[in-house]
Amino acid sequence: MAHEHKLAIFRGAVKFKSNVSKIWGVFAFLSIVTIVEVALGIIRPEFLIDTRFLALKLLNWIFIILTIVKAYYITWDFMHMRDETSGLRRAIIWTSIFLIAYLVVLVLIEGDYIFEVYKSGFIKFDF
Amino acid sequence: MEATVVKTGTEGKTWGGGNQPLKASYGKMMMWFFIVSDALTFSGFLASYGFSRFKFVDAWPIADEVFTHFPFLHGVEAPMYYVAFMTFILIFSSVTMVLAVDAGHKMKQNKVILYLFLTIIGGLIFLGSQAWEWATFIKGDYGAIETKGGQIIQFLDKEGERVAIRDFAAINDGDRIPQTRENGLWFAEDTEYLPTVSFEQVKAGFLANDNLLVRLQHKDEHGHHIILSRQESIAKVVNDGQLVVEGANLRHNEYGHPLFANFFFFITGFHGFHVATGVLINIIIFFNVILGTYERRNNYEMVEKVGLYWHFVDLVWVFVFTFFYLV
Repeated sequence: MAHEHKLAIFRGAVKFKSNVSKIWGVFAFLSIVTIVEVALGIIRPEFLIDTRFLALKLLNWIFIILTIVKAYYITWDFMHMRDETSGLRRAIIWTSIFLIAYLVVLVLIEGDYIFEVYKSGFIKFDF
Repeated sequence: MEATVVKTGTEGKTWGGGNQPLKASYGKMMMWFFIVSDALTFSGFLASYGFSRFKFVDAWPIADEVFTHFPFLHGVEAPMYYVAFMTFILIFSSVTMVLAVDAGHKMKQNKVILYLFLTIIGGLIFLGSQAWEWATFIKGDYGAIETKGGQIIQFLDKEGERVAIRDFAAINDGDRIPQTRENGLWFAEDTEYLPTVSFEQVKAGFLANDNLLVRLQHKDEHGHHIILSRQESIAKVVNDGQLVVEGANLRHNEYGHPLFANFFFFITGFHGFHVATGVLINIIIFFNVILGTYERRNNYEMVEKVGLYWHFVDLVWVFVFTFFYLV
């Protein structure tokens, strides 16, 4: 308990004087990101929808990246992951990221495969 | 000579035990490991949602068409605003929680009480909002027709505006009389799913009104729903139509694929369940703080552990928000 808090965020670019002001700073940052997400979700700019990267709309990539940024700051500053030892941090973060990424990639490829099977009359590869 | 060895002779050495290489207490570490397992559960749910979405990617409803309501603003198209409000409520209650943890570090009992109280209020507002969101989704707005193949078709006027089925259905045409025990077979129950208008009424109203077109569940390559011409629309309704769908439940969904409704109820329901237990645990801890339990124990780590759970609930919402409402 009562151990020291690391007060710098954005890789040391922003430094806060106290833990409380850091909390408000992170809250402001999370709010800005959320407002950007909601604004993009309402406007849905045409060129972001029509451009695709790795089978996903550019807009959706932006949403996913912003979500991961938010998740990072919630975990690092609200859940104090920044102040934990690197051992605890890696045990939790890398385990989760590996398992989740693995599952998501496999399952989405499978879903896309079934979509193609339905669309092209039940045969996708004719060996 | 004693029977048991009480000293190993390794006290103070690295292998003598009692080390804490992760510098975290038992309770905190177990809360972290629980969070990891719970995160994997939620990822499993969200991944299966992604699976179904990719499977029916050309016919999946997007949230902008589904969640367009805001309380007290009837008839105003307000996509996203309400769920953005819910997101802010949850992030803000996360902020008050982390402020409570900070006050606990400084042993300021009154501040912990205040911030925990605000956190509980935030959680309750979120739960109420979610109940409203569910109720609106279940009630539906325009209504639709389900075809024999399980597809959803919706109705538009010539300008491309949605038209509610109860506005054009021929209500006086062949009214439906509910099945009761007195006038029918005593063991036969009336059907559970009973929309306000019947399919025959909608069909008659549709055929009488030349201004109406049909919009399909499927989308073209630009992501817009396919709209049929008047001739095709009539053929679609007459040949394929089967059932009136109003709102969403676990079997039918007027907004599109029933799986969308199933996943929505399941995942936001499971998340709401987490919020509800989080509020409950917060309340227990809140009373403990008031009673001075942690003041006597001389540390507020329990607030921190509960805080971890609460932030996790917020973290999950960030992902649910993205994958249900944004993407």
